[in-house]
Amino acid sequence: MTQSLAIKMVIRRLSVFYKSFQALHEVDMPVYEHHVTAIIGPSGCGKSTLLRSLNRMNDLVPGSRIKGEVLLDGEDIYDPGQDVVDVRRRVGMVFQRPNPFPMSIYDNVAFGPKLYGIKKQPVLDGIVEESLRAAALWDDVKDKLKQSGMALSGGQQQRLCIARAIAIQPEVLLMDEPASALDPIATLRIEELIAELKQRFTIVIVTHNMQQAARVSDYTAFLMMNDQRAGELAEFSETAILFTTPKDKRTEDYITGRFG
Amino acid sequence: MPQDLFAQIDLPRVYRRRRFLNDVALSLTGVAVALAVIPLVWIVVYVFLKGMQNINLDFFIHLPQAMGTTGGGVTNAIQGSIVMVLVAVVVAIPIALLVAFYLLFHPQTLLGQILRFSTDLLAGVPSIVIGLFGYAILVVPFKHFSALAGGLVLAMIMLPIVIRSAEEMLKLVPKELREGALALGAPEWKTSLSVVLVAALEGIVTGVMLAIARATGETAPLLFTALGNEHYNVVAYVRQGISQHQSIFQILHKILAEPTDALPLTLWKYAQQPYPERVAQSWTVALVLMFFVLALNIGARSWLARKRRQTRG
Repeated sequence: MTQSLAIKMVIRRLSVFYKSFQALHEVDMPVYEHHVTAIIGPSGCGKSTLLRSLNRMNDLVPGSRIKGEVLLDGEDIYDPGQDVVDVRRRVGMVFQRPNPFPMSIYDNVAFGPKLYGIKKQPVLDGIVEESLRAAALWDDVKDKLKQSGMALSGGQQQRLCIARAIAIQPEVLLMDEPASALDPIATLRIEELIAELKQRFTIVIVTHNMQQAARVSDYTAFLMMNDQRAGELAEFSETAILFTTPKDKRTEDYITGRFG
Repeated sequence: MPQDLFAQIDLPRVYRRRRFLNDVALSLTGVAVALAVIPLVWIVVYVFLKGMQNINLDFFIHLPQAMGTTGGGVTNAIQGSIVMVLVAVVVAIPIALLVAFYLLFHPQTLLGQILRFSTDLLAGVPSIVIGLFGYAILVVPFKHFSALAGGLVLAMIMLPIVIRSAEEMLKLVPKELREGALALGAPEWKTSLSVVLVAALEGIVTGVMLAIARATGETAPLLFTALGNEHYNVVAYVRQGISQHQSIFQILHKILAEPTDALPLTLWKYAQQPYPERVAQSWTVALVLMFFVLALNIGARSWLARKRRQTRG
């Protein structure tokens, strides 16, 4: 890691509650710009909750509330003055199950830009092509842009969803187990894609698969449940360090497969 | 566990018994299928044979003739049914979809529970009672039976069917689809309209078709609201309106404010008249009624198939 390290997001003493249940307990961690940060940990430790609090998707869960701060370029995205739509434009998301909209490939990618008032056909055409190229899908679909996005294979659908997410030029891209529903070859292509995308975006990825975290990420956060079943950050460090010389006993037990 | 577990067991006998039970169960389901299909085939064939006897173009484009004479048609009923079902669709579907979305978003709120409960109740109200209600609030105050009253009463009958089927279909849309749109910063209304609704469209249209079929066949509520009108003729109203330079509003008023006939209403009236011509015509009305619903279904399904090729590939 020789490049200069700029901090894109800071998570500060973040606790998330669903009604009376505490899902996350005082998580502190940075997200470095143009790097891939992986979030790993056993099932139910709050990985997705942490990820989804970075673009306020948890707002959609009735009864959810947070304590602490999530800073994006130094500004708290939970500040009452923050526009949630602007947060979601700057922090995009790719989901576990590919979720193309029931419309054509073209319209899937153009959906986001149109929301923000981009209407001119040539401009949209350019965005669609550029986004599909960036998602390594252009060559597969350039002759069938009018076809349904739901007719593609699982791996192609997921790359379409990535193209859709980056079409509005977010600064951060959140990925919630983006390859867990895909076969090994499609998984590999997504991982290669992540390596390319980090040149342009800051990426945070949740994964169940420790090998995947080791392969794609520069930094890794290891979450663990505490006694009250709330997720806690057990360890955060450079991926190479976390997987070779973990400081925390729980991290060591987890990555050596002793539990989880 | 004994080593020769199967030594004491006559395996061929076990297998024979299983095959026998399988054959019995299969035969029973076959009989059940036949019992379920026979009434349908019987009705369709019977109505078809009876109804085809005096079907001709006049039947569709002419008004009824004086009782006891042959000839004439039921264009009043055909046009009336189309007008009233159209009114019902235009009124019921937007309301039903809004309610279904409300139930989707607020299933557990007090209003949500009240809505769901009253929707179930409305579905259980006998249609003749709905007709009487329509008479009290849509006919008596205006001192006039009308197509509008008939259409609104049919809308009340369609509402619960569309609401419940649309709610079920919307619930089946994966939540990731909705979240995907919201994560792009789409507002909730846009997400609902252009992503969730489209994903559920096929099921919703099926529910709507069921509701239309039900409304088209309703007789009792129209007795109190549309009443019947052997001279109802939209084509003539429009022609007359144009030749007299009436406004669209005036023409629409004429179409909606007149007492109106409908296919099931005509069927009911004709079938109990002492004139054999009318009784024979009531069979033809039954045939037209059946094919009206069938044609709507085929139309909707082929539209959906075309739509699916665009959206689902």
